[in-house]
Amino acid sequence: MTNKSLVSINDLSTDELVRLLDLAERFEQNPAQPVLDGRIVATLFFEPSTRTRLSFESAVNRLGGRVIGFSEAASSSVAKGESLKDTILTVANYSDLIVMRHPIEGSARWAAEMSPVPIVNAGDGANQHPTQTMLDLYSIRKTQGTLYNQRVVMVGDLKYGRTVHSLLLAMAQFNASFVFISPKELQMPLELKQFLNERGLRFEEHTELAENIKDADIVYMTRVQRERFSDPMEYERVKNAYVLRRHMLEGTKPNMRVLHPLPRVNEIHVDVDDSPKAYYFTQALNGVFARMAIMTAILGLTDRVK
Amino acid sequence: MKEDKKHLSVSAIQNGTVIDHIPAQNLFKVISILGLDGISNQITFGSNFGSEKMGRKAIVKIADKYFERDEINRIAIVAPNAKLNIIKDYEVVEKMVVEVPKEIRGIVRCMNPKCITNAEGIGTRFEVADKASVTLRCCYCEKITDPDHMEFL
Repeated sequence: MTNKSLVSINDLSTDELVRLLDLAERFEQNPAQPVLDGRIVATLFFEPSTRTRLSFESAVNRLGGRVIGFSEAASSSVAKGESLKDTILTVANYSDLIVMRHPIEGSARWAAEMSPVPIVNAGDGANQHPTQTMLDLYSIRKTQGTLYNQRVVMVGDLKYGRTVHSLLLAMAQFNASFVFISPKELQMPLELKQFLNERGLRFEEHTELAENIKDADIVYMTRVQRERFSDPMEYERVKNAYVLRRHMLEGTKPNMRVLHPLPRVNEIHVDVDDSPKAYYFTQALNGVFARMAIMTAILGLTDRVK
Repeated sequence: MKEDKKHLSVSAIQNGTVIDHIPAQNLFKVISILGLDGISNQITFGSNFGSEKMGRKAIVKIADKYFERDEINRIAIVAPNAKLNIIKDYEVVEKMVVEVPKEIRGIVRCMNPKCITNAEGIGTRFEVADKASVTLRCCYCEKITDPDHMEFL
């Protein structure tokens, strides 16, 4: 994938995905590898996302590269009315790779088409956030030993959550089965369920959390946001129904792990944090390794990795 | 007698192209997509003819004009069943059907208001996700624009 931008998780073949995960694993075993020595990565965050930006910048720093960029549009020339095209073409002169986060859907593909240097999409509105999917896959493989034949329970906002949509598409390549747990208003979109049907992959839909996680390998939690509900009463009715608590973990499989893209608000009670099944903070650490692997591969520097 | 009346409504052309089986409601979209409103050729068209297959259809005849395959496929979104007769010296020398292309550039607006193509005024580009229903997937935001929500640029 040298010199190719990473815009969408669908850009990667199963083989490429697995090779990137293997590379991330090598970085986890030996994180201090200056393979980006002498390279400059630009992090252009047209909307703030502190967690994602720090993860990328940590990855570049661990690789011995340098970072330039901005953390919100207000502090860049965008505030003066510069177009995305002009920003990208200018910054491409200053850097070897551009990591960008932008609120408009499709902005990363557009940037990748124009940019002379590769683009890594760090989230384009509700559309794609492929490095998040990579770290989710890495976390699943690491905790379960394989990506194949997993039973993945997805909880919360399944209608608007881009993270769960991308993860579903990616895990479908590995014969996963799914359980969708959400309020009626926030169910998994029809086209994704059709996609699973076409692939012959099994899924179930429920509105009840506690009783449907017993046979899970992965429980992937997401936040149910108030603003997603047309009827505020409906939100009040369901807001506490999708909170994971420690006692619900009793009787779940020993290999089961709880994942969450973070930030968490209240959907995982803090009493879960001490459980050996809580994996969300390590998951965030895995994001650094996944991003190290992606940037190294895109810049064609895989040979330098020990 | 009936035949004669038909001939009167849309007269024959000596050389050029006849586009038949256009859905009547999309006649002007076809004219616009093919840029017929900006050329100097003689054009005759008729609309709301009865058709057993499609209810009401429209016909366009363009004198001294022949289309490239790529050009003609652009109307697939609005007239997927259109048929073309290539006329030379009053005779039909070739028949063509419209083929839905794999990719459509321009013509259609992406129905996602949050898409970059609606924000920065760049050209739209779609992959045809379903040829039969002409359902489009935006190459930028990856959202579906279906025939019921299609708006033309």
